[in-house]
Amino acid sequence: MSPSVPLQEMIRAIRSARTQCEERGVIQRECAAIRAQFRQSDNGGRSHNLAKLLYVHMLGYPAHFGQMECVRMIASPRYSEKRVGYLGAMMLLDEKQDASLLITNSIKNDLSHSNQYVQSLALCTLACMGSAEMCRDLAPEIDRLLRASNSYIKKKAALCAVHIVRKVHDLGELFTPAARSLLAEKNHGVLHGAVVLITELCERNQETLERFRKTVPDLVQIMKGLVISGYSPEHDVAGISDPFLQVRILRLLRILGRNNEGASDAMNDLLAQVATNTDSTKTVGNAVLYETVLTVLHIKSESGLRVLAVNILGRFLLNNDRNIRYIAMISLQKIVGTDHNAVQRHRGTIVDCLKDQDASVKRRALDLSLALVSASNVRSMMKELLLFLSSCPPELRAQAASGIFNAAERYAPSQRWHIDTILHVLTTAGGDVRDETVPNLIQLITNASELHCYTVHKLYRALLTDISQQSLVQVACWCIGEYGDLLLRGECQETEPVQVTEDDVLDALETVLQSHMSSPATRGFALTATMKLSTRITDNVDRIRSIVSIYGSCIDVELQQRAVEYNALFRKYDHMRAAVLERMPVIEKNSPGHTNGESTGEPIKDIQTLKVKQGEPLLPQQPANQVCDLLDLLGGSEVTLQPIPAVGGTAPGLFTNTSSTTGGDLLDLLGGLEPAPPAPAPTVQVYEKAGVALTLSCEKQSDSGLTVTLTASNSTDSDISSFTLQAAVPKSVQLHMKAPSGDSLPARGAAKVTQMVVLNNPNKVNLKMRIRISYSSQGSAFQDTVQIDSFPGLSAAGH
Amino acid sequence: MCMRFLLLFSRQGKLRLQKWFTPISEREKKKIIRDMTSMVLARQPRSCNFLHWKDLKIIYKRYASLYFCLAIENQENELLALEVIHRYVELLDKYFGNVCELDIIFNFEKAYFILDEFLMGGEIQETSKQMVNRSIEASDMLQETMEEYMSKPAF
Repeated sequence: MSPSVPLQEMIRAIRSARTQCEERGVIQRECAAIRAQFRQSDNGGRSHNLAKLLYVHMLGYPAHFGQMECVRMIASPRYSEKRVGYLGAMMLLDEKQDASLLITNSIKNDLSHSNQYVQSLALCTLACMGSAEMCRDLAPEIDRLLRASNSYIKKKAALCAVHIVRKVHDLGELFTPAARSLLAEKNHGVLHGAVVLITELCERNQETLERFRKTVPDLVQIMKGLVISGYSPEHDVAGISDPFLQVRILRLLRILGRNNEGASDAMNDLLAQVATNTDSTKTVGNAVLYETVLTVLHIKSESGLRVLAVNILGRFLLNNDRNIRYIAMISLQKIVGTDHNAVQRHRGTIVDCLKDQDASVKRRALDLSLALVSASNVRSMMKELLLFLSSCPPELRAQAASGIFNAAERYAPSQRWHIDTILHVLTTAGGDVRDETVPNLIQLITNASELHCYTVHKLYRALLTDISQQSLVQVACWCIGEYGDLLLRGECQETEPVQVTEDDVLDALETVLQSHMSSPATRGFALTATMKLSTRITDNVDRIRSIVSIYGSCIDVELQQRAVEYNALFRKYDHMRAAVLERMPVIEKNSPGHTNGESTGEPIKDIQTLKVKQGEPLLPQQPANQVCDLLDLLGGSEVTLQPIPAVGGTAPGLFTNTSSTTGGDLLDLLGGLEPAPPAPAPTVQVYEKAGVALTLSCEKQSDSGLTVTLTASNSTDSDISSFTLQAAVPKSVQLHMKAPSGDSLPARGAAKVTQMVVLNNPNKVNLKMRIRISYSSQGSAFQDTVQIDSFPGLSAAGH
Repeated sequence: MCMRFLLLFSRQGKLRLQKWFTPISEREKKKIIRDMTSMVLARQPRSCNFLHWKDLKIIYKRYASLYFCLAIENQENELLALEVIHRYVELLDKYFGNVCELDIIFNFEKAYFILDEFLMGGEIQETSKQMVNRSIEASDMLQETMEEYMSKPAF
């Protein structure tokens, strides 16, 4: 076809402009000329003027003044003008423009034009930018064309129908009969269009899907024809006969076979055939295989077929083509939950992919490797993962570190291994770990009492090598503070003991204190550790005293406060120093001794007579799921802080939030901290106001233990957010609140929030509970309190 | 194969063709074009051809000096999308004879006409190369003969 000279001249002129400014000038002149031309009535150059305008539009310049010209051109009887007019309509008009409605009539006329290429223009434009109104208007026309026209028009009408159904869902009904009959066509274009249309109809309407299930045998037949048939020059792509149609049919089969035994059975043989016979040397074959694998995995296929599918994915993993490896890993990730064993077989290849050059592949391999860690392979997998961590790209480090922690938490074969692993991660990627790692690790260490000596030795060595990783340094300081005496003793079964003097240890801590690399929190740790050592060493107490007094005038307020208080401990309360700085008790996760603590900012009311603040490191608090602010709730009287022997009073409290929140995080792999299923015990409604209702049920766990489940629901018309419950109980009762199921209550009871509370009543006092409910609804906050004096199902037990 | 948009741009980020399969405002289009060009041009030479962007998968491939960038929905087959891009390039190649970027610049409207015979409403329209070529030739012929008949220059 001869090119448009005026258009090409303009393009040349624009391209030869040397600066943006020059280009703008050329374009402005041209646009002015075009506008002038548009105003004139019929002239020979209309189509090339519009084409010029469309080029200018593609460069990013405004072209809305061409919209009416498009409308005019579409109505022209000349094919060349129609062609450019419709192109302009597709580029400049969309359903939001008013002018688009004006072309509805032209489209309608052109749909019944005698020339099929004119019809095709109209169909194409309708499928591209037809608005819902236009679709409704023209749907009957399209239906007519679907039934009675040549294949060229039928295939276009089918896709037009797809667009109409997407815009106006109800019209799906209109096209269903025609779609069904189109499956009998031989022409691939029409067949493809028909399959797309049926897929669209089935995805939108469950009933239609049921009806089209009967077509599964026909589809299987068509596929067989494509797979087995010999070389067909018209549709062949690298040895595969019409891969586009094959993939579409496979997708439709997937939708029809999902959750349906009968349909799945009917396609089993075919899928096996496609999976084994398709040539996988080129991308196109792999595209078909990929679709087949997806179909097999989503329908109710027999296990042999599933294994075949996973093996195909395994083969993909070994493919040289990076794209195919990536695809394989994405698919394996999706099925690692359901077909875990099958995927495990390819673990070796997946782990190798951790070393791939491509960042996307690495990321997928990491996700998959973490999902594949199990009790049996944890040691070898962890070795690989730690190796990966040391060389992985920075954007993946945080994810890798937290994944390793989770896996270690779940499958650690021994405590020492667990501690080693965490230490390894902290040394390699200490900067990328989450904040809660530090308290978690500390808690782990205190629990492994036989490893205290080993741990403190290791950490001391780590501290000597590198003090830049804050998390590691914090843990190390804490350990040295706690177990410094073990370090100084110089004997250790698990590892090479270090001959270290008291001065060495104090030097190490002082280095941390003075280093500019240490964050304020770290320095806090170091100062406290130094202080603790005053009871564990014998000779250098004076040195400690001087260190502590120096920091009494430190600029950092936190350090200053600590130093001043420690000073006071030396001077006025020296007799209490030993007791205050005693070894900490073992912290248990989720133990009933936990109070769902106070956040750091809150002033802890003094329970002891000491004016000294507890000398424990105040760890960065995570926002508590349930701030059980007992003192606030009940006034001073019903304080339930567990009377732990003088020392560690609030210390466990500082760790509670972490355990309840991280407990939730870590256990997320197991499906989250699900609240207990609705107890078989009787449920009683304890609160009902303004549409918010709270019901309570309880279950006795042991002689003194009780689990209470609170369920909240919202029967108002507006959603409720930030819904929290706080609870308080009498003095001797221990309370622990688990993480709630959520904090939003959708309107009209669409979902509920459940909260489990574990109570321990060893003294068997009369059990009461006061609950504070707070939430926000429609932009304002609400708060209310309810007291529960009797618990259902308890009176029998005589509590 | 539900496609959302197809973009062709040069290595300097100049747009050569844009086809949108869903209604989007002009501002949004410009933003998407900027995002796509910067994302795709930043990729390393031997990386994977698939990207994630918002809730879509972006398949891109470089042919000589042009980047073809196709956005598909999340449940679609990426490998087939690569084939779609390749098919379009083959169609252009057949039509222009050893197609290069200049052909597409100076005959952009023809590139659109070819695309409109291959894809429609975000789906593949015709799976046979020969059929598409024949339709284009016939339409061109129609344009020529009509013009000859009306004795006016074609364009």
